[in-house]
Amino acid sequence: MAITGVLRPGHVALRVLDLDESVTHYTEVLGLKETGRDDQGRVYLKAWDECDHHSIVLRAADSAGMDYMGWKVDSDATLDRLAAELEASPLATDTQWIAEGEHMRCGKRFRFTVPTGHAMELYAHKDIIGCETGYDNPEPWPDDLKGMAPSRMDHCLLYGDDLDGTTDVFLNILGFNLTEQIVADGGKLRIAAFMACSNKAHDVAFIRQPVKDKLHHVSFQLGNWNEVLKAADIISKRKVTLDLGPTRHGITRGETIYFFDPSGNRNEVFSGGYIWYPDKPTITWTDDQIGPAIFYHDRKLNEAFLSVST
Amino acid sequence: MTYAISIKDSAQNFECADGDNVLQGMLCRGREGIPVGCRGGGCGVCKVRVLEGQYRTKTMSAACVNAEERSAGYALACKLFPESNLQLEVVGRIGRSLARKSSSTGFHFYTSAGLNDGANKLED
Repeated sequence: MAITGVLRPGHVALRVLDLDESVTHYTEVLGLKETGRDDQGRVYLKAWDECDHHSIVLRAADSAGMDYMGWKVDSDATLDRLAAELEASPLATDTQWIAEGEHMRCGKRFRFTVPTGHAMELYAHKDIIGCETGYDNPEPWPDDLKGMAPSRMDHCLLYGDDLDGTTDVFLNILGFNLTEQIVADGGKLRIAAFMACSNKAHDVAFIRQPVKDKLHHVSFQLGNWNEVLKAADIISKRKVTLDLGPTRHGITRGETIYFFDPSGNRNEVFSGGYIWYPDKPTITWTDDQIGPAIFYHDRKLNEAFLSVST
Repeated sequence: MTYAISIKDSAQNFECADGDNVLQGMLCRGREGIPVGCRGGGCGVCKVRVLEGQYRTKTMSAACVNAEERSAGYALACKLFPESNLQLEVVGRIGRSLARKSSSTGFHFYTSAGLNDGANKLED
């Protein structure tokens, strides 16, 4: 197996203000499939091409935002090894084991908080219920897709203060690689880190902001630029709140559009990017080029994009 | 039916249709004055205080407007529905504490941690 250790983002647990409105958004507009509800009232969803039982969990709450992000690891041995390393690190706090079955059809999870205040989880097992097209002589896509119909939940961008501490955990304990970064003060200060556990342009990204535990967006992958443009049509047709786009990022080269769920949590759908291999040098953007780094076409930032988070 | 919405210490005023939230009323008439964020009651950017008038609100994040503030007339404009003419004071800010404009580069990210750790505390 070429990708070892932490394999990929496995789930994101979101707080929403109105559960029914949110389920409608995530199933009809975004086009995820509901796979279950538990006795706490949480709703589990997955994208059509994902094999595991869920990748998004919605919980009704009195505030919006992200409860935690979960990462699938390759084995029980990796889970135990990383849990022990995190327990031993002063950078990981509030460490705890969450029992098997606390999430529907998911094995035990090791939860910890990184220095930017975000709760992260590792787990080795989640029931494989399969993608919509199956694995024996499959068709390329299923017939009953709704909305934007991304193939998978792909990554999150998170805001927090101690970027250096969190980057240290991901790079030096969890084994991620730094694919791209934004630096300021002539390179002395890193203000954004894009990191991959696989060979994507990013599996998670953090931007230094004077806050703790903030979600900028959760992102889902589409197949191509035309699907991003169709997502823009769906946003207007369904009167979803557009943030910005369609456009392209300089960072990661992704073709993108941003919008908000009914509670104000930002969603992205995107396509493109590149394959990252471990021998590829880290791409560095300087803060005087932050406009085209983030919005390649406009070449300037947008205050709401930078400032609005949940 | 429409209601007149005025913003204290500002020349901005606009009409808001019955059934529209105040932010929708402002945006669909191309007016300005209240900062615009997620428009879903989650981010707190459009926080206002109602100084005069009757209104109702829909669900908004308790991390942005707590119960005490609600009873003192604070609300998020995206979840604020007028039932009479309203006078408002703008409380929310955008682009002030989280990302600061600089004349040379256009934008400058905060470089020091710990300025606040509250939920969407957007005061300067």
